Amino acid sequence: MATLTPGTVISQRVDNTHDDPRQRAPLVLGGKDFTGVTDTVASSAESKPNLIWWVCFLTAAGFAGLFFGLIGYLFATGVGVWGNNQPIAWGFPIVNFVFWVGIGHAGTLISAVLFLFRQNWRTSINRFAEAMTIFAVICAGIFPGIHVGRPWLAYWLFPYPNQMAMWPQFRSPLLWDVFAVSTYASVSLLFWYTGMVPDLATLRDRAKGKIAQIAYGIASLGWNGSSRHWHRFERAYILLAALCTPLVLSVHSVVSFDFAVAQLPGWHTTVFPPYFVAGAIYGGFAMVLTLAVPCRIWFGLKDIITDRHIDNCCKVMLGTGCIVTYAYALEFFIAWYSGHHFEQFVFLNRPFGNYGVGFLSMVALNCLIPQILWFRWARRNIWTIMIAAMSVNAGMWFERFVIVMTSLSRDFLPGSWAQFRPTWVDIWMFVGSFGLFFTNFLLFLKFLPIVAMAEVKTIMPEAHAHAPEDHHDDPATDGEAH
Amino acid sequence: MSVIDAPMTEPMAPEAPAADDVKVYGVVAEYDNVTDVIAATQAAYDAGYRRMDVHSPFPIHGIDDVLGVKPTILPWIVLGMGLLGMATGIFLTTYTMGAFEVADFIPTNLEPYEYLISGKPFNSFAAFIPVIFELTIMFSAYTAVFAMFGLNKLPLLYHPLFNSKNFRRATQDRFFLAIESTDRNFDLETTPAFLKDHRAVSTELINE
Repeated sequence: MATLTPGTVISQRVDNTHDDPRQRAPLVLGGKDFTGVTDTVASSAESKPNLIWWVCFLTAAGFAGLFFGLIGYLFATGVGVWGNNQPIAWGFPIVNFVFWVGIGHAGTLISAVLFLFRQNWRTSINRFAEAMTIFAVICAGIFPGIHVGRPWLAYWLFPYPNQMAMWPQFRSPLLWDVFAVSTYASVSLLFWYTGMVPDLATLRDRAKGKIAQIAYGIASLGWNGSSRHWHRFERAYILLAALCTPLVLSVHSVVSFDFAVAQLPGWHTTVFPPYFVAGAIYGGFAMVLTLAVPCRIWFGLKDIITDRHIDNCCKVMLGTGCIVTYAYALEFFIAWYSGHHFEQFVFLNRPFGNYGVGFLSMVALNCLIPQILWFRWARRNIWTIMIAAMSVNAGMWFERFVIVMTSLSRDFLPGSWAQFRPTWVDIWMFVGSFGLFFTNFLLFLKFLPIVAMAEVKTIMPEAHAHAPEDHHDDPATDGEAH
Repeated sequence: MSVIDAPMTEPMAPEAPAADDVKVYGVVAEYDNVTDVIAATQAAYDAGYRRMDVHSPFPIHGIDDVLGVKPTILPWIVLGMGLLGMATGIFLTTYTMGAFEVADFIPTNLEPYEYLISGKPFNSFAAFIPVIFELTIMFSAYTAVFAMFGLNKLPLLYHPLFNSKNFRRATQDRFFLAIESTDRNFDLETTPAFLKDHRAVSTELINE
């Protein structure tokens, strides 16, 4: 950004995807100043929703309604409406749980880990990646909640003094999961909201209608941009980022313990925590791209979420995809190297056995198709990006399906082998959970600041003093986002 | 496509008459760039003003030094609560999973519960670590957020500065230096003039 001085107006579209180390790539294009950034981002919350929004929203809300209707049907009838059986008691709900909670990880990775690594480009996408996290974790939380068999007793998961004089089993990974996921959900929510308060204040100060003024006024808590407030805010934000970084790694590690602590062949491996975390980030970035690529076009955010941002997301996805591919290969090597009979059988059974189609889909969708992103042109074309992202979205679901189904359906004793067949309720519940996710996400797009305006402004060249009176660190080296 | 209904670049009269029963909160000066507001704040600090604050749409680097903002104690509060969270986790797991004789006055539902599973030890600390870790993070993160808002005295739904229409741009694209009337150097005449001299786009007296 060294070449840009305050007042420089960039009229033509600039290619900011270059990697010239002598010149820092601008992250806000189109000659936008503070006013321009504010106007662009706030306009989506201020304008009336258009027809596309209504069509998407009503469709998504319809599927969300279906989801809750099916949950009602499940409660009224019992878990027999699912295809779950013995030994495949986990079935679709746990596959869907791991799928959704994995997607949630990209949001926290972008907001916390990239923040600690001083990746300024995160500021344009962190808000809606965090929103995606919250909504994905909501979907994730529902599945184990309704899977417990007697969902009206789901509160037994929490430690509280009760008339049975019992405590939950703290040595169980399933209980660790309760703590990990509930901490993750609530801390992500706080992180998201805290970062949003200054931007809600912006919407409050721009709001014309009485209802909007009151609603944004309450939500923004009376934020007035005081430097003393900003000082504590920045400190709290960096503390949250530092706390969320180990948290996000711990959550999917704990989810993987649900599998790895069990004795089942195919699950009982020490590679699971890092492998699951890489997979979660992989799937999460695929969802970020799935949402970001259309949103930046529909909401006119191309100057804020630039080609460089999309390019970076593609690279992260490609990198984590390679880690995941390596983990798949390593699992086969370890199965052979272990000399463990059952382990070897399970891994031969994956490609050639009863769920071979699922395994081959997983390899094709996760390991082969996304490799197109090695090419620069593919990272610049929205169709190749969307194909790669969609492929990973589906592939990561198949990964969880393969992990859950192959091991449970073929354990040690052939007498207890079984096959899982999803019922219509299984399938439509999964589809319905997308409805819930997109309903929430569309409401977010309409009513909340979709880009972290305050943070984007800090990475603009105008945010730094250039006068000789400024006796602090050289602003050129001080251009980190907060 | 600004939605603010007042013209914003037009400076308001600094000598806005205050009625006898209305107290003046202070004077607020508007700046349109970071360099000017930092320079003006430095000048105001050097001129002896202390009860002042800069309001900006984003954190300005270097403003803390010129404004004399002291480092917040927030990290220490978070550390303390994080340690409390860890202690809570250790107690919750080790006590409830342990084999302890408890005093008679402890109600039955607060007694530990002994899981007899394959002869595994009651105090299996390694298995408790995930819960202890998550509780540490939970306590610290909640504290970071709520203590930050608490130290900032938020939520605060009324502030005299909100009376100013110009000030609405403090969350958008302008920078405001506010000097309170309780400052011992504050003067209804000279303070606005001083700020004007330091390149303020406009100055405005704010009533309580």
